[in-house]
Amino acid sequence: MEYILKGGVVIDPKAGLEKELDVHVKDGRIAALGENLVAKGIETFDLQGKLVAPGFIDMHVHLREPGGEAHETIATGCRAAAAGGFATVAAMPNTNPCVDNEGVVELIKSKAQKAGLSRVLPIGTISKGQLGQEMAEIGMLYEAGVVAISDDGKPVVSSEVMRRALEYSKMYACPVISHCEDPSLVAGGVMNEGYWSTVLGLKGIPGEAEEIMVIRDILLARLTGGRLHLAHISTKGSVELLRFARTQGIAVTAEATPHHILLTDEEVKGYDTSTKVNPPLRAAEDVEAVREAVMEGLIPCIVTDHAPWSQEEKEQEYAKAPNGISGLETAVPVCWNTLVVKGGMSRLDFVARFTTGPAKALGVPYGSLEVGGTADITVIDPNMKKRVSTDTFYSKGKNSPLNGRVFQGWPVMTVVDGKIVMQDGKIREV
Amino acid sequence: MGLCAKDLLDMGQLSPEEIELILQTGKEMKTIIKRDIKKVPTLRGKTMVTLFYEPSTRTRTSFELAGKYMSADVVNISTSASSVVKGESIKDTGMTLQMMGMDLVVIRHNMAGAPHLLAKNLKARVINGGDGFHEHPTQALLDMMTIKDKLGGFAGLKVAIIGDILHSRVARSNLSGLIKMGAQVWICGPPTLIPPGLEKLGAKVTYSMEEALRGAQVVMMLRIQLERQKAGMFPTLREYSRIFGLNSQNLKLADKDCLVMHPGPINRGLELSGEVADCSQSLINEQVTNGVSVRMALLYLMLGQKGE
Repeated sequence: MEYILKGGVVIDPKAGLEKELDVHVKDGRIAALGENLVAKGIETFDLQGKLVAPGFIDMHVHLREPGGEAHETIATGCRAAAAGGFATVAAMPNTNPCVDNEGVVELIKSKAQKAGLSRVLPIGTISKGQLGQEMAEIGMLYEAGVVAISDDGKPVVSSEVMRRALEYSKMYACPVISHCEDPSLVAGGVMNEGYWSTVLGLKGIPGEAEEIMVIRDILLARLTGGRLHLAHISTKGSVELLRFARTQGIAVTAEATPHHILLTDEEVKGYDTSTKVNPPLRAAEDVEAVREAVMEGLIPCIVTDHAPWSQEEKEQEYAKAPNGISGLETAVPVCWNTLVVKGGMSRLDFVARFTTGPAKALGVPYGSLEVGGTADITVIDPNMKKRVSTDTFYSKGKNSPLNGRVFQGWPVMTVVDGKIVMQDGKIREV
Repeated sequence: MGLCAKDLLDMGQLSPEEIELILQTGKEMKTIIKRDIKKVPTLRGKTMVTLFYEPSTRTRTSFELAGKYMSADVVNISTSASSVVKGESIKDTGMTLQMMGMDLVVIRHNMAGAPHLLAKNLKARVINGGDGFHEHPTQALLDMMTIKDKLGGFAGLKVAIIGDILHSRVARSNLSGLIKMGAQVWICGPPTLIPPGLEKLGAKVTYSMEEALRGAQVVMMLRIQLERQKAGMFPTLREYSRIFGLNSQNLKLADKDCLVMHPGPINRGLELSGEVADCSQSLINEQVTNGVSVRMALLYLMLGQKGE
């Protein structure tokens, strides 16, 4: 397959490139970048006014398969990813059975290949059965193809187990992704602790439940020299602790979600369970601090924490409903609108949070438009304004608190390995 | 004039005028309860259900009698003897009741927001009969009716609400209603049982019983749940009672004719000494009667006026 993407502004943070250029794709690779590439007999796409970026990477999604097929499958999750502009997603291992052995890794890889859309990078568990007690077979998982290990969904409560995991995984290029939460302090909480939890009579979760684990893991990273990545940072305190790590020279990467840089805990008013997420939507000052940390690059990755749920699961009492937001199909416009249109972030920095940031955190060879490299491309129409409609989601999970809101800056093309998997918001089936 | 919204979910939704209307109507309803033949035909042909996911004596009975005194057909469902134990969702249970022709559902639930979930899915009207730690609006209305009956109004009153505020839906509803009507509300309890943000709601917060009681015209004591001690919120019941219990001694700090209220059921000798519970200033029994009156008023305003 061969074609030319013509007239768009190429934005490649790795090369520091921001220029109107044509992109020649051939046999799954970037064949050439240049002005006015001659396109004799080759299919051309006119991308005037669009931004042509390296394929976006979402390093934190829940595809639910195996075990949770009522909520999402790898096939439907990959459609949602492609529709949302993501060429690559990293799938969290809290499935049933969980990804603590090679067999499940193989299953995920083969299902993803069959789906043939966005690339799926499996993540393995830190501990056997995600119980937080004994290390999983990290070496064998790595050899089977996991790009990171994480007990996401649950914290590793034991500092000793976390220490050993950070140490042991050093022999692989395999970061440990920490879900920071002190369960004894969460103590059954279902939303952020503060004014709104008081008004709504819902049990609150203080920001410190996250921050205590953030600082613990930063200190364990210092102790071990392991590769630590902090999942879904949601509080001002955590941002301050990240800054502390940076000034101390402790190597830590971190991520934030679109919902944590946009929505406050006031959204819970009315008990709409689509606002129930872990970590919870926080107070305005937290949202602002996390947003600024993303803009500044202290938090180098944006992830969706895509957590689809069937309608029955979410149509319950607030305290009973499961945590999670279906985020793959809204992340790019939400962030473009919030960070670039309203926040004044540069286009290069914006693209970096979805490409070089996660590629570096995971140590994977994607996220650039180098000539000769894999042709993963995300095209954005920075001017397109559209209303979010969960009815049109490719994901099985319609659980989004953003339904009905208008955002500017939507993905209009997703290319994976040279294959156009999404065009104008529609999945192109193989 | 009736109430604006389809449902009664919290005190925040009521305007001061609506609160006045409910209290005034409650006063009229009270005359019916005092009659020998306690029955008016106002709600004949209307059907209501009390759907209680939590045990309750006074609220459920009070709603049932309120409906019956006005000739509504009343069905009581306690979830321990219903399809809920078979795992039916709250939405499906509500829909089933609606399809049988229910005009109004009173719901009591241990989780905050459950009435909102029901209200969103039903055409039938929904009254929140207490949801988790959120609100118990009919309790606040009956408390306010009791206060208004004795003191004539709310403006400038010092009302002290004392005890486990964190887990109290009664406190939240009263706080909201009383502040809206111009009272000055003091909140008092151990710091472990005081949630954040109360000042933003307009309350004054203190850990000192003396400060809370001094000059108060109304004292509302809250029930202390025995399991809170087990959850580590305070060391012992004995210590709680010594520091935050109301007795004839510290009651002297309050206004001479200070009203003593309690939503019940009381822990005699714990948050309230037996002596105070039974003293002439105590309105605990009055509250129960007003509970029926105010609920009659609500049923009338929500069901009784349309199409008459």
